[in-house]
Amino acid sequence: MIPMNMVTPPPELAAITALQSKLVSALRPILPEHALLWEPEDTIPYECDGLAAYRRMPLAVALPETEEQVVQILKTCFAMQVPIVPRGSGTGLSGGAMPISQGLVLSLAKLKKIINIDPFTRTAVVQPGVRNLAISEAVAHLGLYYAPDPSSQIACSIGGNVNENSGGVHCLKYGLTLHNVLKVRGILMSGEIVEFGSLAPDSPGLDLLAIVMGSEGMLAVVTEVTVKLVAKPKLARVIMASFDDIEKGADAVAAIIAAGIIPAGLEMMDRATTRAVEEFVHAGYDLEAETILLCESDGTPEEVAEEIERMTKVLEQAGASGIQISQNEAERLKFWSGRKNAFPAAGRLAADYYCMDGTIPRRNIGTLLRRIQGMEKKYGLACLNVFHAGDGNMHPLILFNGADQEEWHRAEEFGTEILEACVELDGTITGEHGVGIEKINSMCVQFGEGERESFWGVKSAFDPERLLNPDKAIPTLNRCAEYGRMRISGGNLPHPELERF
Amino acid sequence: MSASSNTNIDLFQEQILAAVKNKTPLSIQGGGTKSWYGNANSYAKLDTRTYSGILEYQPEELVITACAGTPLKEIEAALADKNQVLAFEPPHFGDSATFGGAIAAGLAGPGRISAGNLRDFVLGARILDGKGQDLSFGGKVMKNVAGYDVSRLLPGSMGTLSLLLEASVKVLPRPAATASLRCNITQARALQLLNEWAGQPLPLSASCWIGSSIGGDGELTIRLAGAAAAVKAAIPIMGAAVNASELEPQLASDFWAALREQQLAVFSNLNSDETLYRLALPAACGTLAFENAHGDIALEWHGQQRWLKALGDDATFTSIKALASAHGGHATRFKQGSNIDPGKQRFTLLSEQVHSTALEAVQARLRTAFDPAGIFATSRLP
Ligand SMILES: Cc1cc2nc3c(=O)[nH]c(=O)nc-3n(C[C@H](O)[C@H](O)[C@H](O)COP(=O)(O)OP(=O)(O)OC[C@H]3O[C@@H](n4cnc5c(N)ncnc54)[C@H](O)[C@@H]3O)c2cc1C
Ligand SMILES: Cc1cc2nc3c(=O)[nH]c(=O)nc-3n(C[C@H](O)[C@H](O)[C@H](O)COP(=O)(O)OP(=O)(O)OC[C@H]3O[C@@H](n4cnc5c(N)ncnc54)[C@H](O)[C@@H]3O)c2cc1C
Repeated sequence: MIPMNMVTPPPELAAITALQSKLVSALRPILPEHALLWEPEDTIPYECDGLAAYRRMPLAVALPETEEQVVQILKTCFAMQVPIVPRGSGTGLSGGAMPISQGLVLSLAKLKKIINIDPFTRTAVVQPGVRNLAISEAVAHLGLYYAPDPSSQIACSIGGNVNENSGGVHCLKYGLTLHNVLKVRGILMSGEIVEFGSLAPDSPGLDLLAIVMGSEGMLAVVTEVTVKLVAKPKLARVIMASFDDIEKGADAVAAIIAAGIIPAGLEMMDRATTRAVEEFVHAGYDLEAETILLCESDGTPEEVAEEIERMTKVLEQAGASGIQISQNEAERLKFWSGRKNAFPAAGRLAADYYCMDGTIPRRNIGTLLRRIQGMEKKYGLACLNVFHAGDGNMHPLILFNGADQEEWHRAEEFGTEILEACVELDGTITGEHGVGIEKINSMCVQFGEGERESFWGVKSAFDPERLLNPDKAIPTLNRCAEYGRMRISGGNLPHPELERF
Repeated sequence: MSASSNTNIDLFQEQILAAVKNKTPLSIQGGGTKSWYGNANSYAKLDTRTYSGILEYQPEELVITACAGTPLKEIEAALADKNQVLAFEPPHFGDSATFGGAIAAGLAGPGRISAGNLRDFVLGARILDGKGQDLSFGGKVMKNVAGYDVSRLLPGSMGTLSLLLEASVKVLPRPAATASLRCNITQARALQLLNEWAGQPLPLSASCWIGSSIGGDGELTIRLAGAAAAVKAAIPIMGAAVNASELEPQLASDFWAALREQQLAVFSNLNSDETLYRLALPAACGTLAFENAHGDIALEWHGQQRWLKALGDDATFTSIKALASAHGGHATRFKQGSNIDPGKQRFTLLSEQVHSTALEAVQARLRTAFDPAGIFATSRLP
């Protein structure tokens, strides 16, 4: 989606080659031939994750097939002091799985067994490489499913979900990964096997599972996840409401929640998005509306009928200019099709798009959308807005042409300004995509020196040598000082051609 | 907040820095309603009650932010006013319970099995660390993955990690309808049914079985909560399965309150040589034979939380811990009779759990990161 423009120049080639051959010979006895890659033509698919603007070639890529191999790889790298970047499906959007040039990429993709499904206790034990959707598919015949549903669920792995604390449309009602994972088995960088959380409702000591959630591969390599399964609702219906004013739509979101309703999904699309997707999916969206809300209700038929009625009333009172309620499953899926296809539709409008991810209190949604409109003018770039309105989790899609370096930098600046606005509006720079490499400078805006120092303390508690994905998520104090100075000298970054990540 | 709030924080900071200097730990205390819980200590107290008040509450955001010393009563009253609740249901264990104490104790009431635990509801926290630094983590929004989720380390940390100054927690609308059903069935049948029901789209919100640990029928009470139509539809389905009768609403709410406050006979009247043990167990755990239980036992959270009274000696605790551990859970000496040595260890240790030993070092380093001088190292939580 985003141009390849920030190739890190490789350090001293000879030293790299020497380290590489040392690492490869150390790992060879641990792994079968096909599970260790180091030739550039084999490792190039691993040079970036879903954030393709940032790329780097690793020393090598290991694809273990058993937990024991993971343990041995970690022990070997620990002894050699070689950093490791864990990787799931590589769909991350913040560069969390981007390689370190003198490090190993540890792909967990081959650990993809569903170890156990227990309908009685509503749990499944799965290996980290299992795809999110594969879990729901495997338990569908039992009337159960795994609730967190990132839009990337067809591809992303549960190990990646744990490390990004991923969410999706259903998270408003059913919670994030954090709320749906009972236990995580992982390997510390030292090679020790540990378990966070338990099948019991709590476990002894400090709640380390909570801190491992969303830790972006920096604390432990996840090798097994026990997830909670929930009963599939008997019925789901969705209301599609149009508004002729963005603010009115945003207020309707708050009004639904204030009325004591927690919908199964509450998503919003602006006009630019509906127009883009309508051309693509023909879902019958109201093209005149400034914004469209999708409000889903699920549960027993009685519950759904009651909730749909209450939500309809609230939406009418909030000034909806049009309301349609899905009459059957096919229609429900049709209403959703545009929301689900917003990314590919954006891809048809422009050569590239840059997807941001900030969260703000619901009451500030209208304010942020207005500000983004101003920024569109300022940067001369269009932005589509399609997002998890019920959670206040925004995903502005900035359209640009990646063949034009200057335009990419404008897009990047635009994105940064949105994130800073999120912090100013009492929110955060990332709701579900993580900090990774992408937002590491914005961390300097959201957190002070003391907090960042504490984050390093947490990191070192798990990984004292700082070998596990060490260049992600937490900026160093120097970096923030540097960034602070850069921000002060006017809106534009000096020397945009220099590597900053 | 009034101007006095900053003064309060300054005073806390002074107290912390003095403790660092004198190398004397501080025992953080809110209302002291939980002073009997956790390992005992006799360190100097840091009283949080001076830092009190609701800082922000907007019902449509489903978030309340308050100072740690705020009385729970005040928070509940503000929420009730807007028809919202703390979904994990705070017991009061005394009038003076505080918001900070609740979070630090990390306990949850009957609704935990359906709503989630206290930690799940914490969104952000402002703390003073062991260096007296004023730090904020998390925030006031539902989704946030910026930095490590430090605010969620505090629930259950019992004041051993840092001083909680303020917290933001998620709140929920009060369920539109509730109903409670009661029947007499065996423990085994209750456990079977509760887990089956929980796997179906039914509005099951809480359960409690009380009876003898050695067999026979006991009394199962269940609570349904949710949309009025859903509750109404579920009553005949569940009622028919166990021949249950619906409790009169006042009786029902009294029962759940008494359970939450541990005022039922099964918890109270602790003899001087007895301990009230708490077991946390996986859902799969069937009936357990507590040969040494004194009187009835209580099962909450569909059997995942179990309570029994037995002798408070080390041998009994060791055997109960072993039983819990063999089933994938852990045990706590929750409340102690007056004659039991308060110095006795209350919790299962990480080193007593499979695959947790290596976490002891992690936990110790974490504590050092937040509290290098060890002034919060009161060992209330080992
Ligand atoms: C089109 C599209 C839509 C998306 N929509 C959403 C959405 O709705 N909600 C959402 O939350 N996200 C979304 N994402 C982002 C992404 O899919 C999620 O963050 C996902 O959880 C990443 O999983 P992954 O397996 O691809 O992880 P990767 O990208 O491979 O890795 C992500 C991070 O986790 C670490 N990691 C991965 N596996 C392990 C492991 N086993 N042990 C330790 N660390 C590990 C990596 O080091 C990295 O830091 C979207 C992405 C795309 C491309
Ligand atoms: C939102 C909420 C939900 C609750 N849910 C439940 C529940 O489901 N079940 C249940 O049994 N109780 C629940 N409670 C009640 C609570 O657990 C206690 O009854 C009470 O709040 C303890 O408060 P206290 O001030 O008396 O604590 P204290 O007895 O003074 O302290 C208890 C522990 O917390 C530590 N501590 C106290 N304040 C701080 C602070 N500011 N920073 C760091 N550490 C501190 C102390 O060191 C001590 O270890 C809930 C309370 C609230 C607010």
